[in-house]
Amino acid sequence: MNEHIVKSYEDELKLLDRRIAQMGGCAEKLLVQALGALERRDPKLAESAVASDATIDQLERELQEQVIEMIAKRQPIANDLRHIMTVLKIAGDLERIGDLSKNIAKRAFAIAGESHPKPLMTGMRHMTEMVQAQLKQVLDALAERNVEKALQVWRSDQQVDAMYNSLFRELLTYMMEDPRNIGLCTHFLFGAKNIERIGDHTTNIAENVHYLVTGQAITDDRPKDDQTSSTLITVPHS
Amino acid sequence: MENSTVDLSAIERVEAARTAHLTAGAKPAKVLAHDVNVYYGDKHALQAVNVEIPDRGVMAFIGPSGCGKSTFLRCINRMNDTIASCRVTGKITIDDQDIYDRSLDVVQLRARVGMVFQKPNPFPKSIYDNVAYGPRIHGLTANKAELDEVVQSSLEKAALWNEVKDRLQDSGTGLSGGQQQRLCIARAIAVNPDIILMDEPCSALDPIATAKVETLIDELRSNFCIIIVTHSMQQAARVSQRTAFFHLGTLVEEDSTKTIFSNPKDQRTQDYITGRFG
Repeated sequence: MNEHIVKSYEDELKLLDRRIAQMGGCAEKLLVQALGALERRDPKLAESAVASDATIDQLERELQEQVIEMIAKRQPIANDLRHIMTVLKIAGDLERIGDLSKNIAKRAFAIAGESHPKPLMTGMRHMTEMVQAQLKQVLDALAERNVEKALQVWRSDQQVDAMYNSLFRELLTYMMEDPRNIGLCTHFLFGAKNIERIGDHTTNIAENVHYLVTGQAITDDRPKDDQTSSTLITVPHS
Repeated sequence: MENSTVDLSAIERVEAARTAHLTAGAKPAKVLAHDVNVYYGDKHALQAVNVEIPDRGVMAFIGPSGCGKSTFLRCINRMNDTIASCRVTGKITIDDQDIYDRSLDVVQLRARVGMVFQKPNPFPKSIYDNVAYGPRIHGLTANKAELDEVVQSSLEKAALWNEVKDRLQDSGTGLSGGQQQRLCIARAIAVNPDIILMDEPCSALDPIATAKVETLIDELRSNFCIIIVTHSMQQAARVSQRTAFFHLGTLVEEDSTKTIFSNPKDQRTQDYITGRFG
């Protein structure tokens, strides 16, 4: 793409891209910290996750201020307007991802003293790794303006939903087996839900990347597979 | 996202109704240009322009200086006839009538196609006489009472009546720039034209006068076919329903204003409107 005649406008757009990339990097890091904190029941790691979230919030505020100033000053149109507006929306999604990750990390404090059945964590880690990979890919898609990569992320959220369903059932089963698991499993359940929500924000970002590049919204229905809102497991009568 | 149908807000519904004919293609075009070429001596200023301009709406012509947009605008009321070296080929019709037909009366044509220029150019006459000039020479009114009525309604339509009704005999050149421009618009609509051509009508005006002229354009479009040349992208985006982008003597792209300013098809259009032309 040709550069703007006004160099400072071009510089501002580049700064916007740097800011969103930095936010994305922080969000990725925070998700890793959050999982680590939960897995190792490590309050220190949880504390650093809380601090990282504050950084993301600060970056979002700065980005938002820059966007408002640019709209007032440049009156952007066409691809520039899409660029500025989608970055603003993506910043909102990344901020939410930060909040949800922080919420996962904070649960490390609550479950610090609980016993920790290993197999429970396997599903959790697997699901988190999948969402991490998607977040990374969608941030790459944004940086490269790559629609195909964004669409791959958008389509693969279904797998996260499927994994969440199985984890949900698994946790219910543990709770039924031994009521002493209920505290821990409830925290894990909320954690899993948060990761599933992070997956949803990731697909939002993918949709915005698609709009940014093509000017068109994705009109297909997104494949979804979250059935937990209608799942019940009945206690067998002994 | 849920699959819900979005209810249009009231404003959008009104706007959709007002501009439905511009997109539906229900009505034939008011102005139709087919393969229009303009030469100034050896210079090929405008190359093979084809465009349909709908009635009752605003079409904006945008493009860098020297791209041919004003040249094309001046073809529509044959203002280019006054330039000796200028030659126009191709066909331009208004309501299916060829305006370059030899039997056509150019004076009548210019009464049907009014023009407003970049710098307000009121006659050095009274406000009343400025507006009455056209109806008088074209013999549109039978007596003084009728003429008074035309002057008043034209000034009202140009949103100037309330500011000048007590001083109609004052000189038109004594008004402020924005008032002078609205006086010129009143003068143009006094002869009841079909089409109003505006060549950068706000570039010599301050933001408040510009806002008044833009409001006026928005009101006039329910009765007239308005074609406006502007260097202000924001103005084109605000006042027009369709936009044509000219570059180096060709019409690059013509589409709904919404499309041109949100997602134009041609890279040159995108580069120009976003300020990327080298």
